[in-house]
Amino acid sequence: MSHSQMKSPKASRIYDHSMKDRLFKIFNYTVFTILTLICAYPFYYLIINTISANNLSAGGSINFLPRGIHFQNYIDVFNLSGLSTAAMISVARTVIGAICTVLASAFLGFMFTQQKMWKRQFWYRLVVATMYFNAGLIPMFITMKNLQLTNSFWVYIIPAIVQPFNIILVKTYVESIPTSLQEAAEIDGAGILKVFYKIILPACKPILATIAIFSAVGQWNSFQDTLIYVSKQKLWSLQYLLYSYLNQAESLATLVKNSGSAAMANAATQQTATSIRMTVSVVVVLPILCVYPIFQRYFVKGIMIGSVKG
Amino acid sequence: MQQTKSISRTRRKQGYKYFLMILPFLILSFLFSYFPLHGWIYSFFDYKPALGLSGSEFVGLKWFKILFGNSTQMRELLRVLRNTFAVSLLSIGTSFFPLLFAIFLNEIKSKKFKRLVQTLTTLPNFISWVLVYSIAFSLFSTTGMVNSLLQNLDITDTAIRFLDSNNLTWLKMLLWSTWKGLGWGSIMYLAAIAGVDQSLYEAARVDGANRFKLMRHITLPALLPTYFVLLMLSVANILNNGMEQYYVFQNAFNKESIEVLDLYVYNTGITGAGYSIATALSMLKSLVSVSLLFCVNFLSKKLRGESII
Repeated sequence: MSHSQMKSPKASRIYDHSMKDRLFKIFNYTVFTILTLICAYPFYYLIINTISANNLSAGGSINFLPRGIHFQNYIDVFNLSGLSTAAMISVARTVIGAICTVLASAFLGFMFTQQKMWKRQFWYRLVVATMYFNAGLIPMFITMKNLQLTNSFWVYIIPAIVQPFNIILVKTYVESIPTSLQEAAEIDGAGILKVFYKIILPACKPILATIAIFSAVGQWNSFQDTLIYVSKQKLWSLQYLLYSYLNQAESLATLVKNSGSAAMANAATQQTATSIRMTVSVVVVLPILCVYPIFQRYFVKGIMIGSVKG
Repeated sequence: MQQTKSISRTRRKQGYKYFLMILPFLILSFLFSYFPLHGWIYSFFDYKPALGLSGSEFVGLKWFKILFGNSTQMRELLRVLRNTFAVSLLSIGTSFFPLLFAIFLNEIKSKKFKRLVQTLTTLPNFISWVLVYSIAFSLFSTTGMVNSLLQNLDITDTAIRFLDSNNLTWLKMLLWSTWKGLGWGSIMYLAAIAGVDQSLYEAARVDGANRFKLMRHITLPALLPTYFVLLMLSVANILNNGMEQYYVFQNAFNKESIEVLDLYVYNTGITGAGYSIATALSMLKSLVSVSLLFCVNFLSKKLRGESII
């Protein structure tokens, strides 16, 4: 039957068409499979190498499956001087920074919808305008220095509290909430703070979740502020520590080798420059991998934050 | 009469109260955005941090004259500008990649596969540049995975220096930023595709349009406005490459080609302690960027009747 169909010119065109379609599908699936592998493989490569025998991974022979599985690397890197402090700093700046930004954005976004505020439009524009310029590296550095923020933990938090784009997001969101809610609460005698706390905060949950997750990831990944404003090693974030390890991994390996915990280690668990570098990398990326499934839901709103800020 | 007056008075009082409540935040905004602008005057001084501004010597336009008059400095500036433009233009030239990515991904019918692709290609966007460099180091250093593989397969005897060499530096930087940003960049387009009226596709299919015609005549036009806005923004940001990517990848071998403006300002300003000349340069950069943004915005208003900022 298919043979007879092939003979009619019309059917052969359909056949042609579906052939082209099939080729397209094969091409499309192949290209996307390759792209996906290129994006995912490096993470996989890091992880299998950190749990494989260190002498094998240093020789570059672990490419597809882990061999000689052990978890000594993770125990050893946490004994590295500085890593647990840096982890604490990173966690603290992520949590405190995200909370501050979320609360400030929520509050300001809400307050800027209050028509009664004295010169509301002017203040709003003043804040929003800051998105479009910056003073530059050196003036910022000198300002931070004069404000006594260099070499202080608060340099991670305070400058990041007021984020104009987040404020715009919240303001737009609040404007979509019926004002009758606020009016009813005010008739019942609620002050502005109570309205904010009891009505606006719960109603804005979705947008605040987006802001929370994106500012948390931003805080966790931030590297430049440590580089520019902080020289005290106690205040280094994990990202900065990783960067410093990347530049001095050889000497680190000797450091670990000579330390007590690894004294009787064999070749498979003996720390090498490679094992330290990769293990710390996995420690840095693991929290991102863990929260990633959750924040996928907030991507579309988030990209607006990213595109305007960037 | 008396009553309305008192109402308006309490209203005004409340207005001041609201203002006072946001005042602390306004101060923060002022402190970290407007106040640092005063630092631009450092570019007219020979600023030494130890002496403070009052102790530093006023030098007028000296730094600007050096930037543009001194031939060594001029050559430096040209090199940095060449790097900046090369990197920016490469990224503007490939800015349609996420658009294509979205259009082609939309043609995949398997929801599971689509989701998997989206999940895994977006992931690199959420890691820092330091981590990207760490990955680059693991894969492409002289003892990295790629070199071991090439040597084991007897393709090459000596390790190829992917990272510490100055070959194709701009292209490598483009590849890394594409690796990091492609999946993420396509999300906005995928969202726009999801918003396209499905009846358009059905009507076109009834009229005999095939897959490629649908992609070309319905999906693509639906995405072009978004593309245009992003393109305009990247043109406005042509001088702003950021420094993080280039900072982590820079080394003695590739410094010549990797130093973009932002990185150069850091290297001369903070590392080299040339505060004043770096400020002069970044001030010029800021002024050009803001004017570019206004031009682009004006252009967008003229062409599309919509502003982008």
